[in-house]
Amino acid sequence: MLKIKNINTFYGKVHALKNISIHLKQGEIVTLIGANGAGKTTILNSISAVTPPATGQIHFDDQDIAGLGPDRIVKLGICQVPEGRQVFKPLSVEDNLELGAYLRYRGREGRSAIRKDLDDMYALFPRLHERRKQAAGTLSGGEQQMLAMGRALMARPRLLLLDEPSMGLAPLVVQEIFRVIEQLRSERGTTVLLVEQNAKAALKMADRGYVLETGKVVLEGVASELLENKEVQRAYLGKDKKEIWER
Amino acid sequence: MTKSRSFLKHEMVKFILFTILILFLPLAFKGGYLLNVFVFVGIHTLLAVALNLLLGYAGQISLGHAAFFGLGAYASGILTATHGQNPWLAMAVVAAAVGTLAFIIGFPILKLKGHYLAMATLGFGIIVYIAFNEAVELTGGPSGFSGIPNLSLGGVSFDTDFKNYYLIWGMTLVTILLSLNLVNSRIGRGLRAIHDSEVAARVMGVNVRFLKVQIFALSAVISSIAGSLYAHTMTFVSPTSFGFNFSVELVTMVIIGGLGSIYGSFLGAALLTLLPEILRAFQDYDIVVYGLLLIFMTMFMPGGLVRGIPALVGRIVMRSGAGSKADA
Ligand SMILES: Nc1ncnc2c1ncn2[C@@H]1O[C@H](COP(=O)(O)OP(=O)(O)OP(=O)(O)O)[C@@H](O)[C@H]1O
Ligand SMILES: [Mg+2]
Repeated sequence: MLKIKNINTFYGKVHALKNISIHLKQGEIVTLIGANGAGKTTILNSISAVTPPATGQIHFDDQDIAGLGPDRIVKLGICQVPEGRQVFKPLSVEDNLELGAYLRYRGREGRSAIRKDLDDMYALFPRLHERRKQAAGTLSGGEQQMLAMGRALMARPRLLLLDEPSMGLAPLVVQEIFRVIEQLRSERGTTVLLVEQNAKAALKMADRGYVLETGKVVLEGVASELLENKEVQRAYLGKDKKEIWER
Repeated sequence: MTKSRSFLKHEMVKFILFTILILFLPLAFKGGYLLNVFVFVGIHTLLAVALNLLLGYAGQISLGHAAFFGLGAYASGILTATHGQNPWLAMAVVAAAVGTLAFIIGFPILKLKGHYLAMATLGFGIIVYIAFNEAVELTGGPSGFSGIPNLSLGGVSFDTDFKNYYLIWGMTLVTILLSLNLVNSRIGRGLRAIHDSEVAARVMGVNVRFLKVQIFALSAVISSIAGSLYAHTMTFVSPTSFGFNFSVELVTMVIIGGLGSIYGSFLGAALLTLLPEILRAFQDYDIVVYGLLLIFMTMFMPGGLVRGIPALVGRIVMRSGAGSKADA
């Protein structure tokens, strides 16, 4: 469904992505793990054209999407939940959700379809319904994450790009978020590219994973195998091993 | 969904009440001097609403909006007085031309942010102001341009304050209604999204660059129409009305009235138009009073009059309510 081939992305002179190649099949959950500054966010931003790659190809459903603007990418069915949620703080919860459907208002499906999706989001995240008139900035971190996901889903993406959804959240809320991701895949067939610091939880849920180091893919494979991989365990699951050792 | 429908109904009721207020206001003035002042409140409201769309909703500063106002006024004046064109046609053509100009300069200028955008729009305003002064053959230079005809419609000439009041407020009310529609639509949400975070707005599919330029151009079109109306009402224009001071005054109106509130723009425009009349006694020191007012407002009513007054009234009612209970 998504095929990235040899992309290179720069911030000025900083060479952030070096010949990255990644692919996702329809309905897969794929995770990107790596240390801070490895380039995980940059990969998502390269796909969504926020920071377009300088060279390389990105194909979505066999269509070359490199060079398209962010709005065109959203229209094709790729939507990003940015790092740190980035909800529109002064706007109400409902306005945030409707912004997710920004491009659909001009389409032919009509408002009733959007309203139905709005109700679906409230069913998925009942907390958002309770707070629908509240300014998004007044929500808790977990609620803001749910809102950011709901907002992205309002675009009806076929590919969802999630950037560290568990960042700074309590374990119970993380579980809730991960449950929703799995539910999306099983009920809607949504394909998910998941960036996570919480490598263990991400690899447990994902089908496959890529390990990034300083802008390069250093390891890729089936998630369960990556979980068993000695290198991965040492570098990214170290905390868990220490726990075992302490016991 | 019932929620948004009741919201629209609420907006409609507010607008109708506001329209009634405006329609009957002249009765209170009995055709006196205040009627003339409120003709200008109408023009200033039009300008403040235009700037508010840009500044209050999209969050983009312009310190050069007096230029669009002036271009509308001068171009309408020149086309009608010098070239004998139909004023209504001239107004429309000029608005389209000013909108196109704003569209073209908007692309490079609106890439800038914050202080840099302020400086660029300021520069544009100064260039246009100098042109008004220096293109003497066309504009009459510093001494001004006179002999602009009044507007007329179906044999009625708009040559009194009374007639002009209804002409200008008619246009202003229509603009307010259209603006309310715009800001409550998906475009309005897109503008507020840009205001809060351009990156997040882009990720949601908002074409940030294009939308900013579009709203800048729309704002310029409304300002140009306000300029045309001003020229035909005054029948005389001179550069001093379109300088940097006036651009700052417009920004002050929008901020004092309330950023991101259409009715706030009316309150800001009314206050800043009435104030000089009240402050006649202070003469040249009125700018000091403006400054103090701006400081006072940002300290005590950061949301502007439109949010500050209801809050104040609420507090007074609460306190007097508590007081009367204590008495009993
Ligand atoms: N706007 C920018 N300007 C310059 N360099 C940048 C910019 N954004 C990111 N970088 C650099 O690009 C590299 C990759 O950054 P990126 O944000 O993709 O990392 P990440 O893997 O998402 O890290 P984290 O886990 O901390 O979110 C880093 O070295 C970073 O310093
Ligand atoms: Mg990141």
